[in-house]
Formats: sequence, C-alpha cells, structure tokens
Amino acid sequence: MEHVAVNPWVALAYLVAGVCFILALRGLSSPATSQRGNRLGMIGMGVAVVTTLVTHVPLTATLIEGADYAALIARVDYAAAFEIVAAIALGALIGVGVARRIAMTAMPQLVAAFHSLVGLAAVLVAAAAFLNPVAFGIAVPVLFPDGSAVALINPVSRVEMGLGVAIGAITFSGSVIAFLKLNGNMGGKPILLPARHAINLGVLAAILLLVAYFTVDQSPWVFWTVTLLSFAIGFLLIVPIGGADMPVVVSMLNSYSGWAAAAMGFTLHNSAMIITGALVGSSGAILSYIMCRAMNRSFVSVIAGGFGAEAGAGGGGAAASDRAWKRGSAEDAAFLMSQAEQVIIVPGYGMAVAQAQHVLREMADKLKAHGVRVKYAIHPVAGRMPGHMNVLLAEANVPYDEVFELEDINSEFAQTDVAFVIGANDVTNPAAKTDRSSPIYGMPVLDVEKAKTVLFIKRSMGGVGYAGVDNEVFYRDNTMMLLADAKKMVEEIVKSLD
Amino acid sequence: MDFVAILSIFVLACFVGYYVVWSVTPALHTPLMAVTNAISSVIIVGALIAGAAAGSTGSKWLGLAAVVLASVNIFGGFAVTQRMLAMYRKKERPAPRP
Repeated sequence: MEHVAVNPWVALAYLVAGVCFILALRGLSSPATSQRGNRLGMIGMGVAVVTTLVTHVPLTATLIEGADYAALIARVDYAAAFEIVAAIALGALIGVGVARRIAMTAMPQLVAAFHSLVGLAAVLVAAAAFLNPVAFGIAVPVLFPDGSAVALINPVSRVEMGLGVAIGAITFSGSVIAFLKLNGNMGGKPILLPARHAINLGVLAAILLLVAYFTVDQSPWVFWTVTLLSFAIGFLLIVPIGGADMPVVVSMLNSYSGWAAAAMGFTLHNSAMIITGALVGSSGAILSYIMCRAMNRSFVSVIAGGFGAEAGAGGGGAAASDRAWKRGSAEDAAFLMSQAEQVIIVPGYGMAVAQAQHVLREMADKLKAHGVRVKYAIHPVAGRMPGHMNVLLAEANVPYDEVFELEDINSEFAQTDVAFVIGANDVTNPAAKTDRSSPIYGMPVLDVEKAKTVLFIKRSMGGVGYAGVDNEVFYRDNTMMLLADAKKMVEEIVKSLD
Repeated sequence: MDFVAILSIFVLACFVGYYVVWSVTPALHTPLMAVTNAISSVIIVGALIAGAAAGSTGSKWLGLAAVVLASVNIFGGFAVTQRMLAMYRKKERPAPRP
C-alpha cells in the first residue's frame, strides 16, 4: 500500500485549485459576478497544471562511468518535456479555435462534443495508469523467485480505475451519440432495439461483476473487456432517447464526466480532481433533475427512452385539420402589439433553428419605442439544453433583466395583452394542466392562453411538437396563428411596425 | 492520504457542489455546463503524469493523447464560457448590432 510521498505544498496547491473551481461555479449565481468566477476557474486550472508539470518533470537516467565508479543520474528529458508542451499547445489551438467560431445555436452540440473528450481522456488516463501503475504510485513491484517482476496494483486502486474507465467510456460513447443527434447527423427519433432493457441491464451487470473480479485478477483482458462493454453501454443507453429528452441527456452526461474525473482523482489521490469531479457530478445531476421536473418525467423513464417515438402516429395529430383556427398576418400582429401595454415573448427551439433572436430583439426595441413593456418568458426545457434560450437572447443583446423564468412570470400572463409565442409548442400546451391522457400531463407550462391575445408563430398547422401532441392553444378564440418561418415573420412584423 | 481521508474530501465536495449549483441562476445554466466541462478536464493532471513518466511507451503516448484532448476541453471550455458570459448585459446599454 505504498504511495509516493506527497509534498504538503503540492497537496496544498491542488487544494487551492479545487477551491478556485468552487468559486468559479459560485460566481455563476449572477451574471454580474460570472466573469470573475470564470477567471478564477482558469486560475485554478493553471495552478493544477503548473503544479503537475513542476512535480512531474520527465527524467531520463544517464549512466556516468568514471575510471573507478559508475552512477546513474537523472537528467531532464527535454524531448519528452517538449512533447508535453506541444500536446498542450495543440489542444489549446484547437480548443480556442472552435470556441471562437462556434455559433451560439450550436452550443448543445459543442457541449456534447466536449463531454465526449472528457470521457475519452478519462479512458486514456485510466489505460495509461493500468499500463504503467508504478508511475502513478498505485502499485508495488513484486519479484518472483524465478526472476520475473510484476507491478501488483492495489486492489482499491483497481476498483477506482475500473470504475473510472467504465464511466469515462460511457461518457464518451454516449456523448458521441448525443452529439450526432443534436447535430442532425442522426435522426432525433429514438431508435428502439428489441429487448433493450434486458440487454442494457445485462451489460451493466457484466461491467460491475468484471470490476469486482478485477480486484483479484489484474489481467489485461479484464480491464479491456470492461472498457469495451462500457463503450457499448454508453451507445445503447443514448440511442433510444429521443430529441425532446436531449436536455436531460446532455445534463446527465455532464454529470458522468464529473464522476469519471472523481474516480480518476481517487486513483491518483488528487484532491483537485476529486473536488472538481464532485462539483461537476452534482452539477450535472441537479441540472438533470431540474430538466426532468420541468417535463414532469421521472429520470428512470427518460433513461428508459422511447419518448416521442409515437409522434405523428398519435391520435392528436389527425384532428388538427378539422378544427377551426384563425390566421393572422404580420400587419395584424404589428398592430396588436403596438397597441398593447405589455407583450410577453415566449421563445422556443424553433427560434434557435430559425436564428430569429436578433430580429426578435429588433422587434422588441421597436415595440419599446411605441411605449410597450416587453418581457421574455423562458420555460426550463425550451431549447436543447438548460439555459439555451437565455444564451441566445443574450447573444442578441437582450438585457437579462427582461428575461424571466417560468415561475416568476407565469402569473403575469393574465394581465398581459399579447403573448408572442415563437418556436415553442409543448411548453405552452394547456393540455398538460387538464388532460390526464396527454403524454405531457403534469408538465409545468406557460399559461399563454390567459393573455388577451396569443400570437403563435409556426411553420404550418400540420406539424406537432416533439411530444407528438396537438396544442389546444391553436384553436382558441383569442389565438392568432402566424404561419411562416419564424425569422421571416418577425422581419415582416418589424417592417410593419415602422 | 488514506482512502477515508480522500472519501471525506469527496463527500464534503458533493455537498458543496449541491449547494453551489442550486444557487446558480437558471439563466446561466448553459455557461454552467460549459465551465463544468472545462474544469472536469482537470483530469489533465493524470494525463500529464502519464505523459511524463518513463517506463512504458504505450502509457506515455496514451497520456500525451489524453493531454491533447483535455487541453482542447480546458481552453475551448473556458473560452466559450467567457464568450457567453460577456454577452449577458443589463438594461440601458448602447445596443451594438453585429
């Protein structure tokens, strides 16, 4: 059970890094302190990386032979040091390049891609530790009588390593699938394999049993089988989950990437990694919980997948064409809103797809010039990841104090003249409050129908939301449907407002 | 450090994480995910140890590959978070259009 002696200053430095990370998240409690928090996060990372670089300078042993002595002395291996610096620089170049260019609407894909990198990095580190355990201080060399030597890995470290590689691999393959779905390379519809629950549970059980077996047998096959099975289960778990549940999936993978880091922190006895892993793990778990609550779905049912599979085939869609609804024009919308005292804008994923956030802010500015009070109402699951709408509105220079969360603004719809729904559907469906048979029954929704007039931008009357249910709001007397591409429609409204 | 000491750090950090994350405003949940992504790449510490260690070529190259991946995440994660946070503004500012 030997461990490399830890220099107290080094342990202290990692602790400082951990505290910096806590403060980084703490800063996000308000937009005003968030940038300072982010800088603290960078400082923490800097401390952790520099500490590791300084304490783990690559060395080579050189044999010095004099006339009457021979000695092995350690020298800095400059080539190896250069390789490490080059690896960091290469990563920095790619990372900053991507971060600068990425469109804000593509943020969910980017985050999924980043998660996959954390997962893969965890797998690689675990594999490296397995191949060279002595370097990580987790093994004792055992010399057999026949002269062969084996580095026997501590049983506790084997469990940590096994769990680390498993969580890392699940994070990786799961995130790759999530990325493909969010990026549109793969259909958003859930793909359902027969007997998938039995297969998934079987594979999970096999992984756990193998990790347990790993403590008595450190053969490579055990380690690599765990790795392969974990890659497979990550894939199998995410494939059956539909597009509407992606906010939960992205949050969940966020959580996994944290637990993977924590597991590796246990292996390396590194407090910075453990603190960070715990922070990120709980962060992702809380976000998943918030998203599940906002959809009134249990976490288990999201993981079980299949939601949205019956879209189109469901009963609600057929009735759509028979019922009477009112169609409005951009001029009607402009007139109604310019006469209003208060307008609440309800953005959804459709706004992101149409990239309508900038022109939407222009419309809001025009309305404000007419003396109209404009507010934005955001449902927690609007968009494809937590907070997605807020970022898009911020990108369009919408001041954040005009943007409200569901529970803060829902009571205001009754005193509002116009609710302007753009690209949102399920999150406004009153069936969630009244219709027990609806798949979204119980989900908290924005009470747009209580406003004097509802303006609802939608591409066509045919399509239904991701939950595959018809929306009662379309057919109400106080609703005016604006059928067009969200961006074009808002552009026309802006013109009419002049 | 023995296992119980490490476990204590972990459990306490979970509690800290729980309270800190609940205090994050929902408007900043996307930057929260981006920045947690960046900091979970502290796993680069393990990658650097593997990359610097002598004794196993395979382990060293796996470590270096992990350094690249984690570094993409660190720099990309912090940069994109910074970019997002810079966009959050209060009312009464001159509105520059891109």
